[in-house]
Amino acid sequence: MSGRVHLYADREVCIGAGLCVLADGRVFDQDDEGIVVLVEERPTGGEGVQKAVRNCPSGALRLSED
Amino acid sequence: MSETAITGISQPPIHMRREGFDPVAELAELRDTERVARVHTPFGLDAWMVTRHDDVREVLSDSVRFSNAQMLTVRSALPGLEGMDEAEIRRRQAGNPLSFDPPEHTRLRRLLTPEFTLRRMRRLEPRIVEIVDEHLDAMQRGGPPADLIAEFALPIPSLVICELLGVPYSDRAEFQHRTNQLLDLSVAVPERMRLAEESRAYFAELVAREQADPGEAMLGMLVREHGQEISTDELIGIASILLIAGHETTSNMLGLGSLALLRHPDQLARMRDDPDAVEPAVEELLRWLSIVHSGTFKLTTTEVEIGGVRVGEGEVVMCALAAANRDPAALPEPDRLDISRGAIGHLAFGHGVHHCLGAPLARMEMRTAFPALLRRFPGLAEVPGTAGFRSFHAVYGLTSLQVTW
Repeated sequence: MSGRVHLYADREVCIGAGLCVLADGRVFDQDDEGIVVLVEERPTGGEGVQKAVRNCPSGALRLSED
Repeated sequence: MSETAITGISQPPIHMRREGFDPVAELAELRDTERVARVHTPFGLDAWMVTRHDDVREVLSDSVRFSNAQMLTVRSALPGLEGMDEAEIRRRQAGNPLSFDPPEHTRLRRLLTPEFTLRRMRRLEPRIVEIVDEHLDAMQRGGPPADLIAEFALPIPSLVICELLGVPYSDRAEFQHRTNQLLDLSVAVPERMRLAEESRAYFAELVAREQADPGEAMLGMLVREHGQEISTDELIGIASILLIAGHETTSNMLGLGSLALLRHPDQLARMRDDPDAVEPAVEELLRWLSIVHSGTFKLTTTEVEIGGVRVGEGEVVMCALAAANRDPAALPEPDRLDISRGAIGHLAFGHGVHHCLGAPLARMEMRTAFPALLRRFPGLAEVPGTAGFRSFHAVYGLTSLQVTW
């Protein structure tokens, strides 16, 4: 799966666990409060991005195929 | 002391029973056949035990139907808390994120999250390296044999969390003993209640000192920046849960994890010699060891169906994390330790809004301490017969482990 995907991050729901950053640190970052920041909103849907969305503890992340 | 009379059960419930590193065979069987089973728990309650990886994720993701806050209504019917009214119980839960559901939980959690970001952990890293080296130096000076638990596994996370919070390290003998007893489920309830009181008094004094003169560490920061919005009871609760959770868990990972590596020498060598092997190895050790037997219990707020079982409203649900982490439906050969595969997606830190706040800190500590230990003592070996496994404790771990080098 290497097409682009559209990422959505709900910053109100995010608890700042940082698992997304561990899964793919080029696409996801945390701000100073620990809340998710999307470095890339339309990244290629690689394994790291899939893992990040699947394992987000709070369910703050969603993706849709472009 | 009659355990049966006081705790209501004479042996640990099935989700807490281990043989060496492994959950007992009966637990695996329950997972693979019954899937969701009725069990008797240490709090005199019957609960639905969820065992499969996907079912546990479903429960932990849903704080509306599976509530932490509602569990307090059940606890008030239990021995030890029966003397307290609702207001008093609420006072004691203040500041503990595990006692709340969103939105109250969200507010509390967000006050603490900035202290545990990955960035913050990287800033802490040099100090963690220093602390680890100091303890390895002391072990080296003392010469073999050494008790790895007393000299490495316990003091390192203890010192780190004390520094992070602003707790005097000189108090550690006192609170370490108390915390150990508090989480030891073979200790009678009245005694644990007494310890909880002592613990509360200790933290109340600590908080009062910070309020009078805020220090530079986390407690002082909370007082300085959020003193208007957080109550004293909340500060006491926050200090308690972070201190307890901050050392009782990582210490057990360092102890059990070291033993696991010693018993898998080829994997130990990889973790020692290959820096790229460390990060996945830590995740795989977290999964395989699953030291926290279950997260907090949940109370259903409505009738639910989980794992094909219908559970009524107002029933207790508990997640068997060790069973879920070894679910064959989640990964192949789950009972095998294989540090090369370690990936996020295990449930050792839980899931959902209560996912372990300290996970970034725990990871940082383990990523530093394990390789440092193995490199300092390349000939590290277990002294046979000295590994003592805890038998009935909220967090699994070793009571002792003698090593030589």
